[in-house]
Amino acid sequence: MAIFSVYVVNKAGGLIYQLDHYAPRADTEKTFSFPLDLVLRPHDERVVVAFGQRDGIRVGHAVLAINGAEVNGRFTADGKDVLEFLGNPANYPVSIRFGRHRLSSNEKLMLASMFHSLFAIGSQLSPEVGSSGIEMLETDTFKLHCFQTLTGIKFMVLADPRQTGIDALLRKIYEIYSDFALKNPFYSLEMPIR
Amino acid sequence: PQDWEGRGIFGNSRNSRYFSGSLSCPRRDGFVSFHTSKYRLHYLETPSGLRLVLNTDLGVPSAREALQHIYSNLFVELVVKNPLCPPRAPVQSLLFRQRLDAFVRSLPYFGPRNP
Repeated sequence: MAIFSVYVVNKAGGLIYQLDHYAPRADTEKTFSFPLDLVLRPHDERVVVAFGQRDGIRVGHAVLAINGAEVNGRFTADGKDVLEFLGNPANYPVSIRFGRHRLSSNEKLMLASMFHSLFAIGSQLSPEVGSSGIEMLETDTFKLHCFQTLTGIKFMVLADPRQTGIDALLRKIYEIYSDFALKNPFYSLEMPIR
Repeated sequence: PQDWEGRGIFGNSRNSRYFSGSLSCPRRDGFVSFHTSKYRLHYLETPSGLRLVLNTDLGVPSAREALQHIYSNLFVELVVKNPLCPPRAPVQSLLFRQRLDAFVRSLPYFGPRNP
């Protein structure tokens, strides 16, 4: 899938709409014996691979399930701490599933506000006067395109780096927003869009 | 003012990197650049945690090789290997400044574009 997500952010930086369209995640499940040759560390509310990339398990992948049971953040399904569990040789051999974590709605809200500030600072740091905010942010796995309307609403699209035509897509999304959200008498401005 | 801009760029690039990292697992490079309507900011982070930032106009698609050259051939050679430059302190080396200036001026995209 070339378009990964769409985010709509209001004037204050709050996320009012979000759509995810990821390709099915490539999870890797493997059986391990003690000692574990991957280095794991806690990151936010997850346990993440820090070192020891191999066989489809990459740095940054999170522990998704242990022995088939999905983990709950940093704790296993029955409430034990994941790192403690994996440090105990009595629990081996163990089967662990790794993969890219799915962002929770809270994390998406936080990232949307973070981008809102980055966008504003981007325009202030400009070496030339009259710069807009960030229009496109590029990494090696995705490109984030952002279009800010005259009223301060930002439409952001996360897409494959090779994808073209995103500008037209952003304007089309704006058109759809104004047709369906703004012309709806029951919709209040700046509120989450249903 | 000079100082504010430096801090602004530092904070912005650090947060951009965190933001990019949260949205996907970095393959190799992580956050690479962003652009606005007037300029493009190119970013390179070394494994040692040093961050290089280059601002150009929109005509420059990628400055990765330039940043890599500045790091490997200028910064490492002239600052890191210089016993008189204390690590992690602001760079005072005049030679580094001169060579950096000469390098940037020699870049094909340095001069203003012909209208």
